[in-house]
Amino acid sequence: MPSIRYREALKQAMSEEMTRDERVFLLGEEVGHYQGAYKVSEGMLDKFGPKRVIDAPIAEAGFAGLGIGAAMVGLRPIIEFMTWNFSAVAFDQILCNAAKIRQMSGGQFTVPIVFRAPNGSAAQVGSQHSHAMEHFYAQIPGLKIIAPATPADAKGLLKTAIRDDNPVLCFESETLYSVKGEVPEDTEFLVPMGQANIARPGKDVTVIAWSRIVNVALDAAAKLEKEGIDVEVIDLRSLRPLDTDTLLTSVAKTHRAVVAGEGWPYGGVGAEIVDRIQRLAFDELDAPIERVQTMDVPMPYNAKLEQLVIPQAAGIMDAVKRSLYRA
Amino acid sequence: MVATTKTNSKKPEPAAPAPDVRLSRLLAFYRQMLLIRRCEEESARAYAQGKIGGFLHLYIGQEAVAVGACAALKPDDYVVGTYRDHGLAIAKGMNVKHVMAELFGKATGCSQGLGGSMHLFDAAHHMLGGYGIVGGHIPLAAGVAFASKYREDGRVTLCFFGEGAVSIGGFHEACSLAALWKLPIVFICENNEYSMGTPLSRTMSVEDVSLKAAAYGMAKDRLFVRDVFEVEARVGEAVARARSTGEPTLIEARTYRFRGHSMSDPGKYRTPAELEEHKKNDTLVQARSAIVAGGAGEKLAELESDVEREIEEAVRFAEESPEPTADILEATTYSGPFAR
Repeated sequence: MPSIRYREALKQAMSEEMTRDERVFLLGEEVGHYQGAYKVSEGMLDKFGPKRVIDAPIAEAGFAGLGIGAAMVGLRPIIEFMTWNFSAVAFDQILCNAAKIRQMSGGQFTVPIVFRAPNGSAAQVGSQHSHAMEHFYAQIPGLKIIAPATPADAKGLLKTAIRDDNPVLCFESETLYSVKGEVPEDTEFLVPMGQANIARPGKDVTVIAWSRIVNVALDAAAKLEKEGIDVEVIDLRSLRPLDTDTLLTSVAKTHRAVVAGEGWPYGGVGAEIVDRIQRLAFDELDAPIERVQTMDVPMPYNAKLEQLVIPQAAGIMDAVKRSLYRA
Repeated sequence: MVATTKTNSKKPEPAAPAPDVRLSRLLAFYRQMLLIRRCEEESARAYAQGKIGGFLHLYIGQEAVAVGACAALKPDDYVVGTYRDHGLAIAKGMNVKHVMAELFGKATGCSQGLGGSMHLFDAAHHMLGGYGIVGGHIPLAAGVAFASKYREDGRVTLCFFGEGAVSIGGFHEACSLAALWKLPIVFICENNEYSMGTPLSRTMSVEDVSLKAAAYGMAKDRLFVRDVFEVEARVGEAVARARSTGEPTLIEARTYRFRGHSMSDPGKYRTPAELEEHKKNDTLVQARSAIVAGGAGEKLAELESDVEREIEEAVRFAEESPEPTADILEATTYSGPFAR
């Protein structure tokens, strides 16, 4: 199986689906002539032409809404935001149109659209470019949310998203784009939404993560192994639908859980996971569920302070030890 | 780029239809406008009786815009509208029964009672919805036109909004994209002079909305709506341009609503004299007068009683229809299994 980068896996997914289905097109800022702000769409303009790889002006509300309208009447747009931070000016389009049209039309119209972009912290990009936006969107019924951590999942989940008849939001990471991994070449390689992956089996504590933080959790688990602590790392892969069964099965085995992810601690995906585990597996728990999140402050520019604010392996290790009462 | 400016003093002179054809078309227009007027009056009554909830924005006074504009379309063309959408829905061919049942929140409503007054949808008639966020639907409408261009299906999209919407970004971004990508769309600004209760002089630096097309190199037109045929002709020109060249147009249609912004609005921001002055130009009344003057007055009694019957049936249908049940909530939220 060839080893390719995460960004190439995304490009494979888009290219294969565009080859398979004439209704699929890619639209966003810098996706064509510039070959992609993060080179995810490199070469796609040449391959598919300007009708299907479309450079948009800086008008996120405009082109997000345009994609939604095109999807309502049968096209299957892939809308790339340069980053999820910039989707905030298109939030109304996703909240009030993409997510609501099916229900408020009595089921007459569906919106088969994919929005995708890098998300979360990168490297010192500062206060306005470091948001973990998945928490805002995961709350909205009508949307599906994926957050692949590996190149294989990036390809398989994005392909599934493009074929889905609902609006799907794909949360990538600038820090993952260059990560390499084995990715099947099969054009029918699809990863279903709503199925978490056990990235590392273990018996002592369950660490639940998604996107970039899966790698941080695996790093923490490797270090904890040397201390005799056997951590199970669950990669959620999709946040809505959320694979509750895999979480409960793991907690029934380890009796302890740590949720680790980017994003502020007030509410969000982490809080949702804690709620489900305590509600559905209360008797299985031998310790309070720990959360490792972004600190409750805007992202600072200073490199050391940024690292302090972002979840780190050391923080996950501490949380695991607290859940074992070894802190 | 096509940039045309027109005023009512320079009316286009399309080949006039034969008098009897024109008169029969006027009768059809009058029937549609009356159907909308009566639908709105009956929904106001039902609202007062507590049978309709939420917001109710009436189209009374503006009927000639939707009726004239939709007359310029082919059946497969698309329309996208605002929360003041009952008139547009009926003008696009939707059955009044399905509109009224939706207002009553019934399962037989066009949106199964899940949308309500502001969210009328009908896939069969290519009515792509009424939308409640001012300006939020304008980019969406550009996307519908984008799909027509992408598929080369020859369809045109009409997008309606009020003058209150031209201050928000969605309007400008949609105009910018439509002009840039040459999308077959006609933006119709129904300028009824009040953005809710604030006169346009307090919200707009430029009174002539159509001027905003210039920034995007887009064709424009402006008319003071006095006659449904004129709306049809002027929108028809823009529709023909969209269909043949893919060029969008911004049309400002100056109109006036005779009722408040919504049912909770007593309209204290304007004088009774101003309202009465505008009512003298009621296009519905004028259409009726023209029918009488044209010698077809004897057809009015049957037409009007026919409309009354249709409205009565619609109200009865709405009242007698069942409410939607909880089982449709999740099924209509997602296509396929619910994602939680």
